[in-house]
Amino acid sequence: MPTDSKADGFVVFDHVQKSYDGDTLVVKDLNLNIGKGEFLTMLGPSGSGKTTCLMMLAGFETATHGEILLDGKPINNIAPHKRGIGMVFQNYALFPHMTVAENLAFPLEVRKMGKSVREEKVQRALDMVQMGSFGGRRPAQLSGGQQQRIALARALVFEPELVLMDEPLGALDKQLREHMQFEIKRIADNLGITVVYVTHDQTEALTMSDRVAVFDDGRIQQLAPPDQLYEKPENSFVAQFIGENNTLEGVVESIKDGTALVKLDNGELIDTVPVNVSAAGERTKVSIRPERVEYNKERLQEGAHTLKAEVLEFIYMGDIFRTRLRVAGNEDFVVKTRNAPDQVRLKPGETIEIGWLPEDCRALDA
Amino acid sequence: MTETTQDGPMLAADGTPLKKSLRRALRAQKLRALGLIAPLLIFVLISFVAPIVDMLFRSVENQIVSDTLPRTVVALRDWDGEGGEAPGDEIFKALTYDFIVAAERKEHTRLGSRLNYEMTGISSLFRKSGRRVDDIGEDYLDQFKDLNDAWEEPATWVAMMASEGWVADQVAWSEARAAAKSADQDFETPEPAFALRPGVAKALPETADIYSAFARTIQTQDEDSPTEEEPWNPVYMALFNDLASNPDAASAFSGDVAALLSEAAAAVGNFETISPKDAFLDADEDWGDPMVWSTIKAFAPSYTSGYFLSAVDLQLTASGVQPQDEDQQIYMLLFKRTLFMSLMIMFSCILLGYPIAFLLSNLPMRQSSLLLILVLLPFWTSLLVRTSSWKVLLQQQGVINDILVWIGLVADDNRLVMINNQFGTIVAMTHILLPFMILPLYSVMKTIPPSYVRAAKSLGATDWTAFWRVYFPQSVPGIGAGCILVFILAIGYYITPELVGGTTGTFISNRIAYHISSSLNWGLAAALGTILLAVVLILYWVYDRIVGIDNVSLG
Ligand SMILES: Nc1ncnc2c1ncn2[C@@H]1O[C@H](COP(=O)(O)OP(=O)(O)OP(=O)(O)O)[C@@H](O)[C@H]1O
Ligand SMILES: [Mg+2]
Repeated sequence: MPTDSKADGFVVFDHVQKSYDGDTLVVKDLNLNIGKGEFLTMLGPSGSGKTTCLMMLAGFETATHGEILLDGKPINNIAPHKRGIGMVFQNYALFPHMTVAENLAFPLEVRKMGKSVREEKVQRALDMVQMGSFGGRRPAQLSGGQQQRIALARALVFEPELVLMDEPLGALDKQLREHMQFEIKRIADNLGITVVYVTHDQTEALTMSDRVAVFDDGRIQQLAPPDQLYEKPENSFVAQFIGENNTLEGVVESIKDGTALVKLDNGELIDTVPVNVSAAGERTKVSIRPERVEYNKERLQEGAHTLKAEVLEFIYMGDIFRTRLRVAGNEDFVVKTRNAPDQVRLKPGETIEIGWLPEDCRALDA
Repeated sequence: MTETTQDGPMLAADGTPLKKSLRRALRAQKLRALGLIAPLLIFVLISFVAPIVDMLFRSVENQIVSDTLPRTVVALRDWDGEGGEAPGDEIFKALTYDFIVAAERKEHTRLGSRLNYEMTGISSLFRKSGRRVDDIGEDYLDQFKDLNDAWEEPATWVAMMASEGWVADQVAWSEARAAAKSADQDFETPEPAFALRPGVAKALPETADIYSAFARTIQTQDEDSPTEEEPWNPVYMALFNDLASNPDAASAFSGDVAALLSEAAAAVGNFETISPKDAFLDADEDWGDPMVWSTIKAFAPSYTSGYFLSAVDLQLTASGVQPQDEDQQIYMLLFKRTLFMSLMIMFSCILLGYPIAFLLSNLPMRQSSLLLILVLLPFWTSLLVRTSSWKVLLQQQGVINDILVWIGLVADDNRLVMINNQFGTIVAMTHILLPFMILPLYSVMKTIPPSYVRAAKSLGATDWTAFWRVYFPQSVPGIGAGCILVFILAIGYYITPELVGGTTGTFISNRIAYHISSSLNWGLAAALGTILLAVVLILYWVYDRIVGIDNVSLG
């Protein structure tokens, strides 16, 4: 929904750096504009600095350099409790000595709201996460998923405009996680709040977000809506990190008319879209998604480049077939094909020819 | 019948009831567990539980009076002590018999010390009388001797009192001894225990009683034989009394003894009588003090509440429980002071320990382990050294006073008194017990994830609210554990108050130690200890009711 509103910059990270020990930068030059009402996910491997960014935004860590703006105002010197940012912690951080209702009433109490207002808001928040009858319980008497919902309700009950969530679903099993992803997304859309969501689960990131910021090594590697992230990765880290990916290494022969001719290491030539390469002679990693590879000649376009491939393994997975091939020396080249009635079932040892559309094949940094 | 099998107990695979086979399986486990703890259990039982039970028993046990003065205790039963008069001759007579036995067995001084706890002066009274009691009855001996020299002969007495069986045994024994002697062999067998002739106890009851006590005493005490020893003087008094009340006593005897006895029975009417009461009063006037007698009577039963009453500043008299003399009321004060000071120490430990524990659990690893070592440092030095160093610091010519005088806060002639009083004790013990507060607090605080406080702040709580509403409640179990540790340790502490407490800063435990090692009044020490134990248990119970013992955690 709000990709167009990102320009108004509800939350702005402006050249933010962070170091804990004075030796290494955990966050290196972070620039990020988050629009009002946007659902932005920070995705990245462990230790890439996601939590650190969130903590700086929430006020529990100070930026070593740069500025963070919230609604246009710098917040570097505002104490955490005055920022009015809701937060859901990875371990939920529900206060164990308070009941669920007391947990939810806590932010209202510290805001000096009257008892009746408090009770009404708590009940509304509980109903919102479908936990209306659990107010009297202690957190320890709830299941993981229920605790998660209470944590969500508590972060929302004081009606913050910005909510931060740090791997809130990390501890849940797959089914519950999927259910909660849906719930969180639904509630966030209903309330129109801005959400900064941290995860290292790419499926979660892709299914929930308006935009995803892929973190690695303290930098944002790519910031894009999920479909673009998947289909048009801007560097080989993103291509590798998001979804399944086949990589072929080679050298750029020439770039012409938006097409780069790449000579693979075994001497074969292919057409690619130049993304991160600018001149002939550069080394490159060519990325093709497994489902965009075709070995049924009839489905290939006229004049498409083809490569020889040897079938190593054929796995029947129900809805799809997954075939592992040896292509240009790469033994982990995977092809996924839909289980259609006319689809050929390959046998190990067979030699076939594969091809793809040039625009599905991206020449990225080596 | 199929129905019953269906409703009956669940069966294991081999057909035995499931419960039974489960129990069998568990029994092996239990036995193994028991085997593992057995060494410790036995050690604790022998070296700890048994002595404690014995100590608790001592706080009520009081057999010494009835064991040492059996006749007197019986005679005193009818004495009511009213009228402020010492008892009459009857009771002094019983006392004479008890006392001669006790004095010969050297038990009268022990009893004297015991009763001295209840009334000062009894100890010296007993000691003095012990030396004189053998004189009582000497006049009777002289008069019997004047009548017939045979009364002085041990053989006369044996013939009169001993059973024929014993005489025969004794003869056989002395022959065996003589034989062994001539053969130059060791002869260890003791003389056969003296046995009274049947009927004597009826004809001459007092004499029989005291003579057999005499015989047994010299046999066991001095390894002497009644055949060689002249009876104690009070035996003659008993004989006089018996003959005076039963002139026909000779009829129970025959031969020489009967003749002797009838001669004596005829003569006793003209004997000069001596009052045992006068004899005792002559030895020490205090025997005329009814207080002595009411003390003996009050402590006559085998079990007494006297120690416990003393421990709460009451005293037991013949006429019931009364408050202790004003100037001797000390224990309630000490109990109150012990409780008060232990609480003070506990609170100062919380005040000082909480921030340290907080710091410990929130500092980065390296600093916190350094700090932890500093916290544990006191454990590496001896308790005595630590306590003594407080003496050096706090005394009037000590370091702190010197500094205060130097910076001019305190005048040189008006130095602060900070040691040998409550202040000194509280300071030194707070220092010593602080680690016992810090460690449980630390181990509980370490388990509180920092995300709780962060969550509270993100929800809008100020630092203080986040601490007070979220962090503090979760650290309460640590405070509880620390409080219990510190309070229980403090309430029984002994060395530090002894060294730095002076007179106003000592604890009840110092008094207990005094009674154990100096005054040797173990019964009172045991009673004080029992009360202390009870107080701790009650406080523990109260704590459980208020805070809940589940709320105590060591991490
Ligand atoms: N309090 C701290 N002191 C020192 N270094 C820290 C601290 N917190 C994090 N780091 C370091 O900063 C880097 C980034 O940590 P951060 O917690 O932001 O990672 P993350 O992306 O959230 O990882 P994860 O997915 O595992 O949660 C890591 O290398 C980590 O070791
Ligand atoms: Mg993290």
